[in-house]
Amino acid sequence: MNYSSDIAQGVTVPAEPVLRLSGITKTFPGVRALGDVELELYPGQVTALVGENGAGKSTLVKILTGIYQPDSGTIEVDGQETRFPTATAASDAGVTAIHQETVLFDELTVAENIFLGHAPRGRFGLIDWAAMNTKAKEILTRIGAQIGPSTVLRDLGIASKHLVAIARALSVDARVVVMDEPTASLSAAEIEELYELVERLKAEGKAILFISHKFDEIFRIADRYTVFRDGEMVEAGMIADVTETQLVEKMVGRAVDTIFPERDRRPGADVLTVAGYSHPTEFADIGFTLRRGEILGFYGLVGAGRSEFMQALFGVTRPSRGACRIDGKVAVIRSPVEAIEKGIVYVPEDRGAQGAVTAMPIFQNITLPSLRTTSHKGFVRMAEEFALARKYTERLDLRAASLDQNVGELSGGNQQKVVIAKWLATRPRVIILDEPTKGIDVGSKAAVHEFMAELAAEGLSVIMVSSEIPEILGMSDRVIVMREGRIAAEYDREGLTPETLVRAAAGYDGEAAA
Amino acid sequence: MIRDFVTSREAILVAALIALILLVESRFSGFAAPGNLASVFNDTAILIILALGQTLVILTRCIDLSLASNLALTGMVTAMINAAMPGVPVVVLIALAIALGLLMGAFNGLLVWKLDIPPIVVTLGTLTIFRGLIFLVSGGEWVNSHEMGAAYKALPRFEILSLPVLSWIAIAVIAGFAVLVNRSALGRAFYAVGGNPHAAVYTGIDVGKTRFAAFTIAGGLAGLCGYLWVSRYAVAYVDVAGGFELDVVAACVIGGISIAGGLGTVTGAVLGALFLGTIKNALPVAGISPFWQLAISGAAIIVAVAFNARSNRKQGRIILKSAEHAT
Amino acid sequence: MSLADGTRPRHLPDRLSGRGARVLKSWELLLFGIAVLIFLANTQASQYFLDPWNLSDATFNFTEKAMIGFAMALLIISGEIDLSVAGIIALASTAMGWALQFGVGTPGLVAIGLAVGLLCGAFNGALVTRLGLPSIVVTIGTMSLFRGISYIVLGDQAFNGYPESFAWLGRGYVFWVISFELTLFAVFALIYGVVLHKTNFGRHIYTIGNNPTAARFSGIRVERVKMILFLLTGLMSGIAAICLTARLGSTRPSIAYAWELEVVTMVVLGGVSILGGSGSILGVVIAALVMGMVTFGLGLLNVPGIVMSIFIGALLIGVIAIPRLVAKLRRS
Repeated sequence: MNYSSDIAQGVTVPAEPVLRLSGITKTFPGVRALGDVELELYPGQVTALVGENGAGKSTLVKILTGIYQPDSGTIEVDGQETRFPTATAASDAGVTAIHQETVLFDELTVAENIFLGHAPRGRFGLIDWAAMNTKAKEILTRIGAQIGPSTVLRDLGIASKHLVAIARALSVDARVVVMDEPTASLSAAEIEELYELVERLKAEGKAILFISHKFDEIFRIADRYTVFRDGEMVEAGMIADVTETQLVEKMVGRAVDTIFPERDRRPGADVLTVAGYSHPTEFADIGFTLRRGEILGFYGLVGAGRSEFMQALFGVTRPSRGACRIDGKVAVIRSPVEAIEKGIVYVPEDRGAQGAVTAMPIFQNITLPSLRTTSHKGFVRMAEEFALARKYTERLDLRAASLDQNVGELSGGNQQKVVIAKWLATRPRVIILDEPTKGIDVGSKAAVHEFMAELAAEGLSVIMVSSEIPEILGMSDRVIVMREGRIAAEYDREGLTPETLVRAAAGYDGEAAA
Repeated sequence: MIRDFVTSREAILVAALIALILLVESRFSGFAAPGNLASVFNDTAILIILALGQTLVILTRCIDLSLASNLALTGMVTAMINAAMPGVPVVVLIALAIALGLLMGAFNGLLVWKLDIPPIVVTLGTLTIFRGLIFLVSGGEWVNSHEMGAAYKALPRFEILSLPVLSWIAIAVIAGFAVLVNRSALGRAFYAVGGNPHAAVYTGIDVGKTRFAAFTIAGGLAGLCGYLWVSRYAVAYVDVAGGFELDVVAACVIGGISIAGGLGTVTGAVLGALFLGTIKNALPVAGISPFWQLAISGAAIIVAVAFNARSNRKQGRIILKSAEHAT
Repeated sequence: MSLADGTRPRHLPDRLSGRGARVLKSWELLLFGIAVLIFLANTQASQYFLDPWNLSDATFNFTEKAMIGFAMALLIISGEIDLSVAGIIALASTAMGWALQFGVGTPGLVAIGLAVGLLCGAFNGALVTRLGLPSIVVTIGTMSLFRGISYIVLGDQAFNGYPESFAWLGRGYVFWVISFELTLFAVFALIYGVVLHKTNFGRHIYTIGNNPTAARFSGIRVERVKMILFLLTGLMSGIAAICLTARLGSTRPSIAYAWELEVVTMVVLGGVSILGGSGSILGVVIAALVMGMVTFGLGLLNVPGIVMSIFIGALLIGVIAIPRLVAKLRRS
């Protein structure tokens, strides 16, 4: 850790930040994403932004790049108050960002992806493709990417796409560069190239906001840190003044154990056994055993293949290899219908797209997979539906005006309760909860945790995918960590620390960093 | 580079087109003669122009079903003005036709942009409205050849370098589109909006405004085609170009313009239109009843869209490092 | 189960607003109001309008289209569309006319009409659900293909000479002024209304239209439901082909030309969202009445059908645009 402080001391710290955010607040229906946050970025310095998923980092990036407008608060560039009403305004002010690969265009060439919106113009204001390709090649060479500028983006792998996203950010003459998990999908060699690039950008006097989950790289290249938790800025300071353990503590918060329900942890007989589950591109060799009344946590970085595996287990996609047994009997699951029949249900991470049917009423959402039991000879029976819906919404303490209210009108937490109620009404053996408390308020979170504990106590087996360390530590009996589509480690909850999880997920050995 | 072209959709279309021409030539020699091919091109000119307009709209993930009605209405208006006021120069009439077409296109675009009404609903409505307006302005009467001025009828037929003006206009529109689509910021915005509307916002592109522009340009071209159609066939009546809107969509689909947006080329649209135009011209020559044409274009659409879907199959997310290096 | 704080769980009412309040705010009521206004305008416009036989004649303007409209409504609610319905009519009618040349009787003709409709529906459905193609493009293609086959068979000829018993299916009366077609229309309105609003299958249709991914994740066999809907649309087109052919007494390849647009207009006017997920059969029924009455009323006034189409087109855009415009103005 010494080398980072050397760098920090080597640079004469400028007094004035190039960009300053103060009092920024942003709320969405049902959830406050950012509350009164501060951020300062200094020229020639890297500021690491640290926080768990849902801490508000990506909302901040969107405000910095003109995609979202803050509800209140000010943005200052060089001490001058300003606004970023559009993406163009932000980039004109010299703020550029490396977004994830999802904001690129698959059908356009690499050069065009880099220059769309500010392409070099020739005669009559027409796009100069030759100049564009040359400039694109220059930038790609600068970041060490071996990609032809006229390649169509769809032909590239995920890492190459990410390099294009980086090139795009560098194609404008920026003073502030936001890097949103820039190394997430890069190989070791490419990461080294990126570090060199960051050093060059620092030398050029650019201010860099570096968002990352990997503590080794934060300590290697960052000068400053800012920690976000639950949409609020917790602390900021110099990297040289802090240790990794302290940073994890600030990020996770101290009260890890206290807020979670106490429960009897004595799992019963084996219920579900998975062996050798593999997919051509998404995951490989996943195997584990789930017991009655057990909560099995799945931890990992975003994109580690956890959701992809769960969807294969639920029959949405089909694994290329692997077998699964329920109560010792081989279970073939080729579709969600078959999974539900065998008692496996899945509460997806993407509530809006995969879980809730937002334009339909609560009771119809809940009875959807149970229509066979509430109906008579194929005809719906509303009274039965309302009765079933009421039974489970009351159990989950749903806050709504009526059972006929559309799910889209509820808060995120209550929407999640509806999706959970929908599956409980099918009386499953195994429930898979994929990021069950993502994007929901603290009160609903506690209710979901409470409920999860009750279900386990009643003998239901729970698989919980979560990227939140306190949730994983507070709720799980055992934890499986996935990395790059494979199981990286499996732990008993006893004695498990946040650091262990973070290291296993990021993929570097404990002894090397210690 | 060469391999890219050989496997590209355009190359397949060119090959299909050549095969089609040779097939007809083998049964009726003279079909592939340059003079005859030029007349096929001339016959297809209007379809090409409309298909290019429709291409812009489809690129932005929309569709315009009102183009043929727009064409018929502007055609009728110019014919009536010409019949009533023979003194008005043809150039003014053409300008008027384009302006009227632009206006109708802008109306569609505005409803899509400002009120966010699905394009298929908007243009299904304006399809019948524009068509009905023809009846209102004409009272159901025809404007026949003898009522039209000589200059009005002569312009598209006038030959420059032994090619009619109609063909030259199509060539000019193709050239203009090649520049617009490939070399202008607006042209690239069409691709961005259709390819990934979410990401377009990140690059500072206004999705609604870009769609509005596509509808307006397509409308203007339909207006131009209104004059061209009516003067070429020297007759205007309510049902001019009835059902032609679907031929236009067919040309685009055959040309590889993806209905899902963001994918397609000017060359593809032109080739798609030429493919349909060649079939239309070849059937009588090859001794096949022209009644086969509809079924053949229908089958061609189905084959084309099935082919598109095969080449654009979505691939799953690549998480495993080994999988990435393998692809 | 008791809650953490020991209080009893809160009781959620089934519904907040009563049935009456929901009806008052419904699209169907607005449309019904329009229908009543048009009805009154028609009575003012012509003294012949209220004649029972005239009114009965008027129903032929919409019965066949509406029968297809019911199935189309289900299909559009599920998020798909079928623009080939008029092409199916042409093909089914041509097949019946062709069979007629071999002396096939009325039951055989009906069977052929239904079978061709089902086959066409199966073809569309297979292309959409098996190959995953967008239905709007597929059915633009099959629309040309189906009608194109009619043209190949018939050219500029026509099939004539349908037997009297077959003609009854298009021209016959069941009781007094109640025609066979009107009876079919009423029966199908009831059947489709029950299927869409009262069965699990109907609930699945709505769910798929609102969120196909969530539907799949909830264990609904999305592809199978869509396949059934394409089959139903084909079948209804076959039935419409039988009625229309019987009524006209002849088959030309241009039969039912451009009906697909009128059917879609009727469905959308009836309050079915073109984006899928919402709509009712009652709305389609009222929309059919509105369109039928407008056609008939303007016909009594000697206004040509083409002008009526302006009204229908404006209605289609207006009914969707005006609420959005008002909401937009209210916000700003």
